[in-house]
Amino acid sequence: MSEQQPLVRAVNVIKDFGATRVLHGIDLEVHRGEVVCLLGPSGSGKTTFLRLINQLESLTGGRIWVDGELIGFEERRGRLHVRKDADIARQRSRIGMVFQRFNLFPHMTALENVVEAPVHVRGVRPSRAREEARRLLDLVGLAERADFYPSQLSGGQQQRVAIARALAMEPELMLFDEPTSALDPELVGEVLAVMRDLARDGMTMVVVTHEMSFAREVADRVVFMDAGVVVEEGAPEQVLRRPRHERTQAFLARVRREEQAAEERISAELEQLGE
Amino acid sequence: MSEQSSTGSAGTERPGLIDAVPVRHPWRWVAVAVIAVLVAMLVNLLVRNPAWNWPFVLEAMNQTPVIRGLFFGTLLCTALGMAFGVAGGVLLAVMRLSDNPVLRGVAWVYTWFFRAVPRYVLLVTLGAIGVLFPDGISLGVPFDWVIIDALGLQGDWRFLTLDANQLFTGLFGAVFGLAASEAAYMAEIARSGILSVDRGQTEAAQALGMPRRLTMRRIVLPQAMRVILPPTGNELVAMLKDTSLLVGIPLTIEMFFQLQSIGSRTYQTFPVLVAATLYYLIITSVLMAGQAWLERRFGRGVRA
Repeated sequence: MSEQQPLVRAVNVIKDFGATRVLHGIDLEVHRGEVVCLLGPSGSGKTTFLRLINQLESLTGGRIWVDGELIGFEERRGRLHVRKDADIARQRSRIGMVFQRFNLFPHMTALENVVEAPVHVRGVRPSRAREEARRLLDLVGLAERADFYPSQLSGGQQQRVAIARALAMEPELMLFDEPTSALDPELVGEVLAVMRDLARDGMTMVVVTHEMSFAREVADRVVFMDAGVVVEEGAPEQVLRRPRHERTQAFLARVRREEQAAEERISAELEQLGE
Repeated sequence: MSEQSSTGSAGTERPGLIDAVPVRHPWRWVAVAVIAVLVAMLVNLLVRNPAWNWPFVLEAMNQTPVIRGLFFGTLLCTALGMAFGVAGGVLLAVMRLSDNPVLRGVAWVYTWFFRAVPRYVLLVTLGAIGVLFPDGISLGVPFDWVIIDALGLQGDWRFLTLDANQLFTGLFGAVFGLAASEAAYMAEIARSGILSVDRGQTEAAQALGMPRRLTMRRIVLPQAMRVILPPTGNELVAMLKDTSLLVGIPLTIEMFFQLQSIGSRTYQTFPVLVAATLYYLIITSVLMAGQAWLERRFGRGVRA
């Protein structure tokens, strides 16, 4: 039963910010071990949807289940009851999240960042947690940076520490919110490489990204969102190469044009330097 | 490259190390001269004027009641007043930022009241507050007389009764008054510190499953400290100096009060003021060193 049950099941998810409706009834299922990339123009609601899964925003309508458990609410005698703070914290602790702006704790070293939650939330012995943290930092290729503060690390290194920090809670689901958007172009690769490894090891991942090549290579499924609705979803091959929907085609064409323009700009600059 | 270096004289030689004439600052020397004259006048005043009576200053500083007053009224009251003031202030700040409108309102009213009342007035009022409680202040069931009356019983439900006059004069009243007033100021400082921490920090902690209180204690407050500490240092120094107002309570085991009473007994009113000034200077210097150390400690990861 639990094999077939999706890890994430979102039904008719609606979100309002004040009078503006940003999500108009999203349905999505993510199965265990699956990597799902959410694509779409900015303002399409993909980040908001991701934050709803982890209750960083509160639902306006619809339901989200993670591992069969209703997120944020409890159903008792036919009524929804808002979950208590401690219960929400417990639900979040099983979901790892990586932010666009890393959000490492600046007053702690890389190692302390990774150790923090296991020790203070799950009550792991500090010595045991440090051991595990070193293993995770090694996994993301930062074993020798363990005692550095975030301000002493590059953006790519900070984001890799952030991934290790999330993994330290042994989550069953990882959410990535534009993990490479705040990085200099030459640092994007190292973060994507870590994410690729994670996907290969069978981690269930929902990734909001603008990296088309990552989506094409790593995703099992691609979901294209626009203006608060899912426009089209399917295998990356199909959605990215042969999009059926007009809006998807327009978006992909624009991304391709931007990539081309960037390439031309770079080659023009190189030529100028050559002169 | 070779064409560009032709601005020099030789043309073939590349420019070497800089050896330029610096800009002259004649007014700096004028300022130095003026200050030197003023310092000379000050030294002359300090050394030649007999009214300072330096031996008496040192003697006054060495009197047992003065030193006792320094440790109890001045240092202990500063430390305790500040400790409870900071704790109360952080509590008030968290209340101000809470989702609960009642807590927010209480914190606002508290801050409004205690910021409005001058410390000296507050201390004098505390000293006189016994008038309100001629029967003393009791610990027990609130409104017990109403309940007892309604049930037709006799007696009271009070476990401990304290004399309000004794309670609020002396050391307890002093610390209570200073801390109550300080909490109102610290609340604003702590609030601005907490608000200075990026929202992403709270979100990251929450995403890791940290409950609200743990997030505040482990993630937000340590970072807020960087913003909270410098103004708190100022508050500490202000508190130290405000212990000289404790005479309003009245608290007599206090350094300035003791020095003044020596002054009025011996008619040496000026030297005892110098003695007090010296003590405040010394303690403030020590506090400043401590503050610098604390600021370095909580600046970890920022300037590193």
